[in-house]
Amino acid sequence: MKEREGTAVAGLSLPLPGDESRRSPSAVTSASNLIGGCFEWFGNLGIFFWRVLRAAVTPPYEWRELIRQLDEVGSKSLPLVALAGAAVGVVISLEARYSLTRFGAKSMFPATLVYSVVQVMGPIITGLVVSGRVGAGIGAELASMKVTEQIDAIEASAINPYRLLAATRILACILVMPLLTLAADACGLMTGWFAQSMVEPLSLHQFIESGFKGATFSAFLPPTFKTAVYGLIIGLIACFQGMRTRGGAEGVGRAATNSVVLASLFLILADVVLVKFILVVFP
Amino acid sequence: MATANDIAMKQVDAPRDGSVPVVAVEDLRKAFGNHKVLNGIHLSVNRGETLAVLGRSGTGKSVLLRLIIGLETPDSGSVRIHGQDIVGLALDRMGEIRKKMGFLFQHAALYDSLTVAENVAFPLEHHKKEMSRSERGDRVKQLLAEVGMEGDLAKMPAEISGGMQKRVGLARALVLEPEILLLDEPTAGLDPISSGEIDDLILKLQRERKMASIVVTHDLHSARTIANRLALLDQGNVVIEGKYEDLQQSDIAFVQEFLKQS
Repeated sequence: MKEREGTAVAGLSLPLPGDESRRSPSAVTSASNLIGGCFEWFGNLGIFFWRVLRAAVTPPYEWRELIRQLDEVGSKSLPLVALAGAAVGVVISLEARYSLTRFGAKSMFPATLVYSVVQVMGPIITGLVVSGRVGAGIGAELASMKVTEQIDAIEASAINPYRLLAATRILACILVMPLLTLAADACGLMTGWFAQSMVEPLSLHQFIESGFKGATFSAFLPPTFKTAVYGLIIGLIACFQGMRTRGGAEGVGRAATNSVVLASLFLILADVVLVKFILVVFP
Repeated sequence: MATANDIAMKQVDAPRDGSVPVVAVEDLRKAFGNHKVLNGIHLSVNRGETLAVLGRSGTGKSVLLRLIIGLETPDSGSVRIHGQDIVGLALDRMGEIRKKMGFLFQHAALYDSLTVAENVAFPLEHHKKEMSRSERGDRVKQLLAEVGMEGDLAKMPAEISGGMQKRVGLARALVLEPEILLLDEPTAGLDPISSGEIDDLILKLQRERKMASIVVTHDLHSARTIANRLALLDQGNVVIEGKYEDLQQSDIAFVQEFLKQS
């Protein structure tokens, strides 16, 4: 058999011209496709955000839909967020009491619980719970509307879908998140105090006085209001994923899943940035 | 299948009284990836006219309607509404044009979280805020009575049949009293009796309202019933445009094959 040109050099099979299409993509090609895909995703997200922002600030405003979304995102998430906050309060109470006792700092318990819940756990737990419930809900709802042409019907009726569907949901998430966080914090502190009181009696008055002793504006309010940024992330990503869905039922499922996963991921990354920002701006 | 020699673009001049066509599509082209859907379409519709756009499945008929209402953007060419080119218009500006248009989607595209009455009232609530609630309610009831759905106001879209959904979709498309009506396969998936009822309804509305209408359909019988002119698409081009008799007398092989199979 005549040897083909370009092969069999030191036992290696070198590719012939024209063989490229038959080979699976190399790691470099896959990586560059992935990076390109990421840039494209962020670019499309940026365009979507710009359209929503423009629609949100120009009349006519969709007040009725906004109020409906405030109820949907806010009041209907409250029980779940309160429960999550309560559970976190108990967990921190149990862990903190054990650790502080070991280091002889039991008297620091109220302040430890208060700062842990209000500054760290309350906001992030609220964000993740709302990301799951609201993110999936918005993503699935808008995806379902997209695949059944309801969003096209809205646009064909001369109504701006970015204003009616996206801006209202995103704004509702932004407005409601700090309030839900306060609710989660309150539940966490109450259950944390209760868990501690079961072991070592501590009056609520004493708990609040020592827990909030020396508290300043910068200690508590910025961590609570940073959750407005979480709301923006959850609403924006869920609406974006929902309104660009293709592919029927599978696409709807994918949109719901991606909404939760991406919103949760960006929320956690944003927390890193926001914590640093708060520490710098409010030392 | 028609060969390149068989297919020739023939147009019958629409009646001209010096007025600008209500809808005019000029050299419209659209491709999705490598698939060319529309390859230079020229069409126009005047007030009071109904144009039926026929063709095989996948020839770009629905895409044509979506381009006219601006849900898709053409690769090149123009779409003129009352002489104004709408290609590239901003969303809010396009909204002003769309208030003059009614669109019936192939599967009605009713809002599944709203009742039948709420679906029809939806455009009124956004664009006719000066109307009182009772005025809006009366208008909705009147329109639903016109399409034979007056007894189903409180039902949800999932509770009514496909034909009934199309009637509601038609009522919703008419609620702002449009000058232009776009209908995407109004009788697709319906039994012959329901198809006939929808055709009669469209004819009645046309006689009363004198809109410029474009109906996309693969149902030749329906097209003959409701349209003044027919345009047959194939491979992204208008193969022939005219009355049914013009199609019958055409010597283009594809046209004869289409008529024979319909």
